Amino acid sequence: MRISARARLGYRLVTYATIGLLYLPLVLIFVLSFNSARSLVWPPRGWTTRWWTTFFDVESARAALLSSARIGAVAMVIAVVLGTMLAFALQRHDFFGKQTVGLLAVLPIALPGIVTGVALRNAWVRFGWDLGFLSVVAGHTTFCIVVAYNNVVARLRRVAPNLREASADLGATPLQTFRYVTWPLIRSAVVAGGILAFALSFDEVVVTTFTAGAGISTLPQWILNNFSRPNVLPYVTVMATIVIVVSLPIAWLAQRLSDGGGETR
Amino acid sequence: MAGLLGAPLAWLLVVYVGSLALLVASAFFSLDELSGRVTTDPTMDNLAEAFGESAYWSLVARSVGVAAAVTIACLALALPSAYYVSRLARPWAKRGLIVAMLLPLWAGYLVKAFGLRAIFEPGSEVGGGGLLRALVGWSPGFGYVAVIATLAYLWFPYMLLSVYAGFERLPESLLDASADLGAGSLRTFRSVVMPMLVPSIAAGSIFTFSLSLGDYITVKIVGGTAQLIGNIVERALLAPNQPLAAAFTIWPIGIMVAYLVVMGRLGAFENL
Repeated sequence: MRISARARLGYRLVTYATIGLLYLPLVLIFVLSFNSARSLVWPPRGWTTRWWTTFFDVESARAALLSSARIGAVAMVIAVVLGTMLAFALQRHDFFGKQTVGLLAVLPIALPGIVTGVALRNAWVRFGWDLGFLSVVAGHTTFCIVVAYNNVVARLRRVAPNLREASADLGATPLQTFRYVTWPLIRSAVVAGGILAFALSFDEVVVTTFTAGAGISTLPQWILNNFSRPNVLPYVTVMATIVIVVSLPIAWLAQRLSDGGGETR
Repeated sequence: MAGLLGAPLAWLLVVYVGSLALLVASAFFSLDELSGRVTTDPTMDNLAEAFGESAYWSLVARSVGVAAAVTIACLALALPSAYYVSRLARPWAKRGLIVAMLLPLWAGYLVKAFGLRAIFEPGSEVGGGGLLRALVGWSPGFGYVAVIATLAYLWFPYMLLSVYAGFERLPESLLDASADLGAGSLRTFRSVVMPMLVPSIAAGSIFTFSLSLGDYITVKIVGGTAQLIGNIVERALLAPNQPLAAAFTIWPIGIMVAYLVVMGRLGAFENL
C-alpha cells in the first residue's frame, strides 16, 4: 500500500503517543511513591523517601508479598505441567473434540474472572472445604494453564516434525528423543510460559478475592484493602512500584525467551 | 496420548467446568432466611429477581455498553499503532515497539487502575485534583467515563496483540494488487484490509469485552457511584446470598457464550 510521507508521520505520532499514554500512569505511580502528602493529588506537596524506607516495617505488606510469591510459584508449577501436557496432546494428535478441548483451555480467561471466582468459591464451600491457600492456587492454576499451553504450542508448531523422525531413525527411544531433541527445543518456551503464568498469578485480583476467604491476603488484595486508608495509601504506591519494577523485566525476559530459539523450520 | 490429555483435561473438566455447573445449579437453591444457610430446596426466586426486575436489565445493558465502548476504544487505538509497527516501522525498531506496547500488560492490574485514579482524581472546589486537573484544569471525575478509559487502558495490549498478528499475516502483495487496480489507501483499507482483519479483531475483542463485562474492581477504584454486573454479584455474595449471586452470574455467562458464538463465526478461535 502506498503511504504518503505525511500519513507515515501521522501513524508514527499516533503510535508513539499511544506508547507514551501506556507508560504515563506507571510513571505517575512511581513519582507519587515519593510524595510526602498522603494522597494521589498532583502536583506532589513535597518529596520524601519515608514510605520506601519504612515499607518493610509494614508487617501486613510483607506477609502479602510472601503469600503472593508462594501462590504464584505453586500455581505456576502445576499450570506449566498441565499446559505443556495439553500442548503436546493437541499439537501431535488428532482426535474427536480437539477443537472443544482447545476452547476449554481458553475459557477460563475468556469468561469474566468474577464467574470463575464465584464458581470456585461456591464449589469449595459446598464441599465443606476451607477457603485459603489451596482454593486460591486452584483458581490461579485454572487460568494459568492457557498461558503455559499457548507458549508451548506456539513453539511446537515451529519445531520441524522430521527432527523427531530422524531421532527415531537413529535408534533413539521416544524418551531419549524427548530428552535430547524435543526438550532442548521447547525448554525456553516452557520457561517463558512459567514466567508469564507466575506474573499473571502475582497480579490477579478478582478470582483471588473470591477464593481467598478470610485467612489469606495476597499482594493485590493488600493494595485493594488499603487504598482507602489515608495512612496506608503511600505504601500502596510503594507496593505498586515494586510490582512494576519486578514484573516488567521478568515479562521482558519471558518475551525474549518465547521468541528466540527452536526455529527449525 | 490419553496419558498426556488426561491430567489437564481432568483439571479443566472437574475444577473448572464442574464448579461452573455447580454454580448454575446453585442459582436454583434457596436461602434459609433464619439461619442464612443455603439449602438445596429448588426455587425460582433468585432467577425471578435477577431476570425479572427492570433495574437489573438496565444495569446489564449499561455493563454491555461499557464493555462495547471499551472494545471500540481499544480497537481505535490498536488499528493505527499495529499498522504502523507491522507495516511502516523499520525492522530494527519493530521488536522494540511491540514489546514496549505489550509490557504494560504485566505491570499489575491495580497498579494501573491506581495510576488512572491519580489521573482522574477530580479534587474539590478548593483544588487538590489529579494529574488531568493539574494539566488541563478539568477532569471528568470518577464515573463511567473514567471506568471506560481505565478498562480500555488495562485491556489494550490484548487487542493490540491480536490486531498486530492480523497485520503480520496480511500479504503485502494483496495490498499492492489493490493499489494496482486503482484503489486508494482508504478503499484498500475498507475492501481488503478490514475483511482480512475481522478474525483477529474478533479474537482480541473477546478479551476486551469479557474482561470489561465482568469487572467490578475498576468500578470501585475510579467509578464513583457507577455500578456494573460485577458489583451486584459481589454485593449479593457478601450479603451473603450465594444463590442470588449465582443467579446474577448467569447474566455474564449467557452474554459471553452468545458473544463467543458470534465471534467464533467470525473466525476468532483460529486467531486466539
